Order: sequence, then C-alpha cells, then structure tokens
Amino acid sequence: MARIHLDIAHSYRPHPREDADYALLPMRQTFEDGGAYALLGPSGCGKTTMLNIISGLVRPSQGSIWFDEREVTGLAPQQRNIAQVFQFPVVYDTMTVAQNLAFPLRNRGIDEARARARVAVIAEMLDLSGQLDQRAAGLSADQKQKISLGRGLVREDVGAVLFDEPLTVIDPHLKWQLRRKLKEIHRELRLTLIYVTHDQVEALTFADTVLVMERGRVVQSGSPSELFERPAHRFVGHFIGSPGMNFIPVTLLARALAHQAGALTPAKPEVPPGALTLGIRPEYLRLCELHEPGALPAQIEQIQDLGSCWLVGARVQPVAAGNAVGNGVGNGVGVGAALLRLRLARGEVVPQLNQSVGLQLLSPHTCFYDSRDELMAGPSGGVGDD
Amino acid sequence: MIKPVNQKAWWLVLPVILCVAFSAILPLMTVVNYSVQDIISPERRVFVGTEWFVAVLRDEELHGAMLRQFGYSLAVLVVEVPLGILLALAMPVDGWRASATLVLVALSLLIPWNVVGTIWQIFGRSDIGLLGAVLEALGTEYSYTGNPTHAWLTVLAMDVWHWTPLVALLCYAGLRAIPEAFYQAARIDGASRLAVFRYIQLPKLRGVLMIAVLLRFMDSFMIYTEPFVLTGGGPGNATTFLSQYLTQKAVGQFDLGPAAAFSLIYFLIILLFCFVLYNWMQRVGTSGTSAAGEQGAR
Repeated sequence: MARIHLDIAHSYRPHPREDADYALLPMRQTFEDGGAYALLGPSGCGKTTMLNIISGLVRPSQGSIWFDEREVTGLAPQQRNIAQVFQFPVVYDTMTVAQNLAFPLRNRGIDEARARARVAVIAEMLDLSGQLDQRAAGLSADQKQKISLGRGLVREDVGAVLFDEPLTVIDPHLKWQLRRKLKEIHRELRLTLIYVTHDQVEALTFADTVLVMERGRVVQSGSPSELFERPAHRFVGHFIGSPGMNFIPVTLLARALAHQAGALTPAKPEVPPGALTLGIRPEYLRLCELHEPGALPAQIEQIQDLGSCWLVGARVQPVAAGNAVGNGVGNGVGVGAALLRLRLARGEVVPQLNQSVGLQLLSPHTCFYDSRDELMAGPSGGVGDD
Repeated sequence: MIKPVNQKAWWLVLPVILCVAFSAILPLMTVVNYSVQDIISPERRVFVGTEWFVAVLRDEELHGAMLRQFGYSLAVLVVEVPLGILLALAMPVDGWRASATLVLVALSLLIPWNVVGTIWQIFGRSDIGLLGAVLEALGTEYSYTGNPTHAWLTVLAMDVWHWTPLVALLCYAGLRAIPEAFYQAARIDGASRLAVFRYIQLPKLRGVLMIAVLLRFMDSFMIYTEPFVLTGGGPGNATTFLSQYLTQKAVGQFDLGPAAAFSLIYFLIILLFCFVLYNWMQRVGTSGTSAAGEQGAR
C-alpha cells in the first residue's frame, strides 16, 4: 500500500526536441493510497506508457517516481511490489490454474500453506474454484484473463494493481460482471487500483477519479461528475459523453458575454477578445420558442429514437456578426452553420423534421473555452456527486 | 438444398495423381518389385517372395549398421537441440548485431555436404589441419582414419557444426514470436531467469522444437555424404551408417534384391519413428488437456 507520486516526462526517442517527440509530457501526478483511478484516453495518448512507468517496465527518460517516501525510479518491477494485468491474457501454459495463481507468491518465497489459502480466496472471488486443477492452456480467453486478474490480486501486500485494458478480450456480459467484481474487490481490499482504458463507460463506472489523457498530457483529472459538468478542456467535453459536448464558435467581446450570460456565468473582464467557443452538453441543450431571449434559430435535421430518449440534430442557421436576426443573440454572437445535438427525455415534446426551432444555449451548465481550448468559464463550483 | 451428386471434380485431381505417380509411386513400386525377385541378369529373374526380407533382417552387418545409426542419431539430437536452444537464447534481439549474428550463424547451412566433409577432412589432419595439429600438440593421438572412436566423434562434430545453426535459427524465430507481455508479466510476477525459461520460453518453443527434432532426426538418419567423404565408412565399419551400408549392397555388390528389401525396411523405420516422435512431442506439455485444449493452446 502506498501513495504513488510521479514527477516525470518520457520520450521513446533519445533527444526529444518538440512536444510531439514525447510520449508523456512533463507532468506531476499523485495517486492516493487506496484510490480507484482510471486513465482514459484515445490510443496513443500515453496512458499505457504511464502505467508501465509506474510498474517499472519502462524507465522514464526524465524525472522520478516515489512510493510514499521511497524513490523507486531505478527499481525493477520485481522490487516495486506492484501487480499489473495486461490487455491480452498471459497464462503459464504448462501450469494448472492453481499453480498459475500461486506463481507470484511462490517467486516471493511465501510458504505453501499460506499460498494455497490465498489462492483459494482469489479463486473464490473470480469463480475459478472449480477449475483450480485444470491446465491453464486449455481454457477459453476470458477464463485465461480471469487467471491474469487473479495473479494481479493474489498478493496481499501489493502496493498497487495496474490494469492495462484488461477487459478487451472479454465478452460484454462477463465484462460487466468482472467490472463489478473489481469494484467489489477494491472495496474489500482497499488496494490502490489504476485502470487504463479507452472506454469511457468502463472508466466512469470503475473509478473514483478519472484522468483524461490526450497526446501525452493529463488534460483533466476529477470525479466522473466533474468531467461531465465542467470539462476543463474541449477534448474532455468531446471525449466524455455520448454523444460528446456541442461546440459552437462564438465571436464576441467579453462584455457582451457577461451581459448575455447574465448572472449565470461569472463575468471575466480579462477575457481576451478573439476566438471563443461555447460548449454545451446534449443533455442540457434546450428547445425554446424563437422569440425567447437568447434563442438561436435552427432547423431540425435528424431525429433518432435511442429507446430511453430521443437524440435530435439541429442545424443552426448561419448568422453574421452584428446582424439583428432573432433576438439578442444576433447582436453579439456570430455562429457558423453547425449541427448541434440534443437529448430529449421520453416525456418531452419531440419536434418534427425540418421544423424551425429556437435553441437555448445558455444555461447554468454552459461552458466557455478560450483559444487554447481550455475552460474559461463554466458552471460555478459546487458540483455535487450525483 | 440437396446438391446432385457430381463426380466430375475427380478429374481435377488427375494432374497431381500423375505427378505423384511418376515421382514417387512408380519408383517405389519398382523397388517393391526388385525386393521380391532374384535378378540374375537383365533377362533372367526369379520370384523369391519374402526371402530377401528374411535374409536382410538376419544380416549381422545390418544389425551393426542399424545400432550405430540409432546411436548416432540420438547423439545428434542430444547435442544439437540443447546447443541450438542455448545459441538462440544468446543471440542478440535487435539492431545490426542481430542481423550480423543471423548471417554468421546461417553460414554453415549454405555449405554443401561433400564440401563440409572435405573441410573437416583437412581440418582434422594432424599434419596440416588446425584441429588435428592442435590435438596432436596437446598430446592426443588423434586420428579419424585410424581410431574408430575418433572417427565417430569427428562425424558427430561435423554434423553438429553443420546443423546446429538450423536448430538455433528455428528456436530464434520461436523466441521472437513470444509476445512481450509474457516477459513483462513474468517480471511483474517476480519470476527468475530460469523460471522464465522453464515456464514461458520452453513451452512456447514446443512447436518449433518439434520441427527441429523431426528434421534433425530424419536428416541424421539418412546421413551419407559426410562420412563417405571423410572416412568412407571406416575405420573398419565404425562410421558405416544405414545408407552407406545400403549403397555398398546396391551399387557396390549390385545385390539389387536385398538392397531393395532393405530400402523398404529403412523407409518404414523412418516413417514409424517420425510418427512416434511427432505424437509424443504433441503430447508433451499438454498432457491432461482435451482436444479442445490442444487447439486453444495454438
């Protein structure tokens, strides 16, 4: 058990010059003892590299790693007391399931009786008890992956368990079960778990804290609801949620924004004039009457029935800046012909195709992003866990 | 939908049947034909039934050659397979060193059999050969032409020198095919170098080792050229292996009948051994698993 602190940068090239040469840009990151973390991001964003650096399979090209007060930068995985589960099942073909599970214990010289007891506990947790004496080579892919998971969890004194997309090969039904199992194990054993995935559902259901990564950096780290409500970066808004956040380029002056948003968004007079982007989640985008203040004229282009809700696509009419179309918005906001998506709950009134509607972009949940795609103003703090 | 029975597709197999007939079946049948006849002259031949087979199986000389052959093939496997694995483990994994090593290791495989024999014939001479002269200088009375043990060891060393690289290359390819995750998992699990070899590398090499063992067994069982060039089967008959014996019979003494009978026996022995070895190696490391498990392991 340990608190893991990273202060690193990593490049697979010998002399990195620009940002693109780095697999991981310089970063500081702390994983608290006993937390359930997820590293979420698209392929190639550096999440597996980060995991391998924590476990010691990869040595960072710069910086250091600390487990509590102990520096482990130069230590091999064997000396770090860490477990890792890989994307594809790794089993030792010639051993039985029980021998496979006991392998990490045997290598550390733990006595036979304790090892056997521990294996029995883990096998029970993962529903492998019936197969303990079978040869591991003959099992199906998801059984093998369960063995890999078991080998990761079998050591009681392990500092942290790292998962590298461990459920990729598992079929959906079992995936759900195993995810719950891991969550249960986390609650029971209070191990530090770090889980790498590119599947947002997996990350959001598994972790207390999700680190969203993109091109070698952590763009935001927070609870699932924080990521949903206040994406700190356009990438997070786009990546989290299904579909992701709507973005509309907005050209306006800081004062106009403050005026439009009224009390809803904290006015920031220091906002530089220039490209500004408004972001709103499909869940919070609202249909309204065209004459309502702030309404943006749009035309309904798609309606999809998703079962539990409707997904509506609305095309915003191009509006030139300063042109008095609609009410209010046209005075300060120039909007391109963007397609916005909104979710309507089952009970709500669903518009017709090609119907002209108004869209209310401004709500307590509206976020604003600056030219570097970073959050400038958004729902003010107090985001409760819901 | 029930398809009508149509046997016309058999015609498509005809070219293959013709090829195989001319290249394998007819020559083999000729041998069978010889093995049951006593050919006195091209015009006069007598049907003798299984007489030659009985005679050949009772031949003391043949028993000797057979024993020497098995001893030799066994020695070849015992030396070359572990040596090849060690060599493969020691070869560099990437960079220019890997390419350079591959070329160096593969070099001996490019040399024709009779040239190998000639090289070793000179190499082993005590007057001008490096090996012979060095052994002589060390006080060993080394002579592959006079001492049967020396002759046998030299033929073995020659084969090891010539063919261990094949085993090494096969194992090298097998080792490269093991996914990195296995090594990573082993490091995480705290496995020692020996445990990595025992539980990851060796089981994963099973397939290529099977091929290596079969190839080396068959090849060494049919060895002819090298001892022929080096020792001519001597001294005495210390290095007269089965094919040497066969050639002496068929070409030297022109005993076509016994030679043909023996060829068939020889053929059956190789077939039988390969079959047994193959089945045994298939089972090693997967005993106790079902047929489904066997497929899962692939």
